[in-house]
Amino acid sequence: MKGWIDSLIGGSPWMLAVVHGVILLLFILNTVLLMVYLERKVAGFIQSRLGPMRTGPYGILQTVADAIKLLIKEDVIPTKSDRFLMVIAPFFVFIPTLVIFSVMPFSEGWIASDFSLALLFIIGASTISIMGILMAGWGTNNKYSLLGGLRSAAQLISYEIPVVLAALCIVFYVGSLSTVDIVHAQSGSWRFLGFLPLPKWHIFSLPLFFAALIYFIGQLAETNRTPFDLPEAESELVSGFNTEYSGMRFAFFFLAEFGNTFFAAALAVVLFFGGWDGLQGIWGALWFLAKAFLLVLVMMWVRWTLPRVRIDQMLNFAWKLLVPAGILAVVWTFAVVVYKSGGQG
Amino acid sequence: MTTAPALETREIITQGMMLNMGPQHPSTHGVLRLILTLDGEEVVDCDPVIGYLHRGIEKFAERRPYRHYIPFTDRLDYLCSLANNHSYCQAVERLAWIEVPERAQYLRVALLELNRIASHLVFLGTFGSDVGATTVFLYAFREREHVLDLLEEITGARLTYNWMRIGGLPADMPENWDKGVLEFCDYMEPRLDENDRLLTNNRIFRVRTEGVGVVSADEAVSYGLSGPTLRGSGIRHDIRKFRPYEAYDHLDFQVCTESGGDVFSRYRVRIQEMRESVKVLRQVFEKLPEGPILTKTGKLLKAPAGEAYSQVESPRGELSFYMRSDGGTDPTRLHIRAPSFCNLTVLRKLAIGTKIADVVVILGSLDIVLGEVDR
Repeated sequence: MKGWIDSLIGGSPWMLAVVHGVILLLFILNTVLLMVYLERKVAGFIQSRLGPMRTGPYGILQTVADAIKLLIKEDVIPTKSDRFLMVIAPFFVFIPTLVIFSVMPFSEGWIASDFSLALLFIIGASTISIMGILMAGWGTNNKYSLLGGLRSAAQLISYEIPVVLAALCIVFYVGSLSTVDIVHAQSGSWRFLGFLPLPKWHIFSLPLFFAALIYFIGQLAETNRTPFDLPEAESELVSGFNTEYSGMRFAFFFLAEFGNTFFAAALAVVLFFGGWDGLQGIWGALWFLAKAFLLVLVMMWVRWTLPRVRIDQMLNFAWKLLVPAGILAVVWTFAVVVYKSGGQG
Repeated sequence: MTTAPALETREIITQGMMLNMGPQHPSTHGVLRLILTLDGEEVVDCDPVIGYLHRGIEKFAERRPYRHYIPFTDRLDYLCSLANNHSYCQAVERLAWIEVPERAQYLRVALLELNRIASHLVFLGTFGSDVGATTVFLYAFREREHVLDLLEEITGARLTYNWMRIGGLPADMPENWDKGVLEFCDYMEPRLDENDRLLTNNRIFRVRTEGVGVVSADEAVSYGLSGPTLRGSGIRHDIRKFRPYEAYDHLDFQVCTESGGDVFSRYRVRIQEMRESVKVLRQVFEKLPEGPILTKTGKLLKAPAGEAYSQVESPRGELSFYMRSDGGTDPTRLHIRAPSFCNLTVLRKLAIGTKIADVVVILGSLDIVLGEVDR
């Protein structure tokens, strides 16, 4: 794919960046459209109803109609708000989401920029969105938004740590921060108990399975999914940090949230489920997306089943359980790596 | 030798944040306004403001013939309007010494218990969405739909039934209605088990509700709480049992109590009560006698001078109508003791010192209906 793009624009690095950016943006927009539809349908089926049915066959045009509605809606900026912060906050939330997709390997060679510190870049860049959420919470001058913004900051900072620890396990295990290397490390197969053939995905090796659990719980919180959807806890804070937003600015928050959810699932596929796993080109990408969407479905299933925890319970859970568990996972993985290398690593 | 300059100590002046929760808020269950003073997430003060739905329903009674007032009572606690209809009619029956035929007594019990299930299902649903479990809301409303269908079949309405009459009921039940109710009973019990698996035994739900908003038995009595809110604090008091009306003394059912006094206990009492209501419904149709369903009262009812007080166990608690007559065609005074109003008084005490998320859950567990609080 890279070669094809190169031939199209003649190899200018700036143009290359723009083209990749546009492709990723379109990919995110379409994925989010699909995910919103999926979320509604899944929610519908779980709640023994049909979900959207009227707009287009099986309601498939419903999210398109909603997107158009958001586009043409008035952009309301309250008089008493901090105009500057309120206007730029959505971009602070959305741009990190867009940027981190640039190191997501969809298939062999299907990556906007493969560089050796990709995982560190993901962790660093995604943290910026906290600032945007705080800005939105503060800038809109709404007390519910403020509470939502503060909750969000506390939550994202707390859960970033277990997620990073879980990712650190992978880094130890593979010995590289590059997402492509991590996927390559998972190709091939092994025999469980000597007879059951299993792919060499990280999820199937013990300390990393533990890390995967920590990663998944942490990401549920990072992406504001239900047991941890406190920043926008509907029943308490109306809509949390985005209460005052409307139109396209709201849509950016929405895009970022669903984009992040998809990214969390996709990153889980890269880290634990073998990425594109030996397949090439479009088939690799489809295999990758299939696994990512399966994880997204799990997240939706969790969302529509569980109640929400309280802020103090959530923080207790992160600091008293998840962080120690993460440290344990790191130590465990480290021990395994050292043992496997015969003490010469 | 130089001494370090004395550090100036300054106090940082902080101020609680005043948060206006309601009257338009998804979790205040109507037009209740809570003025919360917050220190971070913690609630320092909670001041409930009521009256946004005041319509002067008590006053309306004073200028209306007794019978014309029944539809007004529908609009009090709109989730169990039959209980309101009934409590009012019972007050007039006591005032005017009117006997209710036995068949009507049993049918009234069936209607009241169906309405209790419907009301508790609304509680279950809204409480579920208060703690963030939105799916429970839809499940509860799916079940409630069956009750509403049954009630619609007999009364023609789905919310404001207006079905009790002074001296009985306006019409007998349609044919095979009892079969429908019994089918519903068989349907309902597994659904309650399903809910136990989905919500009651959920770990997150437990930590959100257990030990939150604890009312001790003494406090519960001194605040004048009633209904499941009182029984959740371990006090066995149920008007259906201790001052039986209609056919309740011929029916076998348990008074559900829980000793915790917390949000979970109140929730648990309501869930148990639904099971008991199902039990009562089954018995009603076993024992339902034949006979008339309405005592004739004449075109314009005149009650003798005097007073009457009718107590009823509505899904929310003790619903009473006090009525005084000077012998005319309308009461000179009507007072409604609304359970939601009395139960709401404990909110301030429970809310102080908790988190915002707890305020929502505590309010949900009190199960108030603003139509009844404001009247």
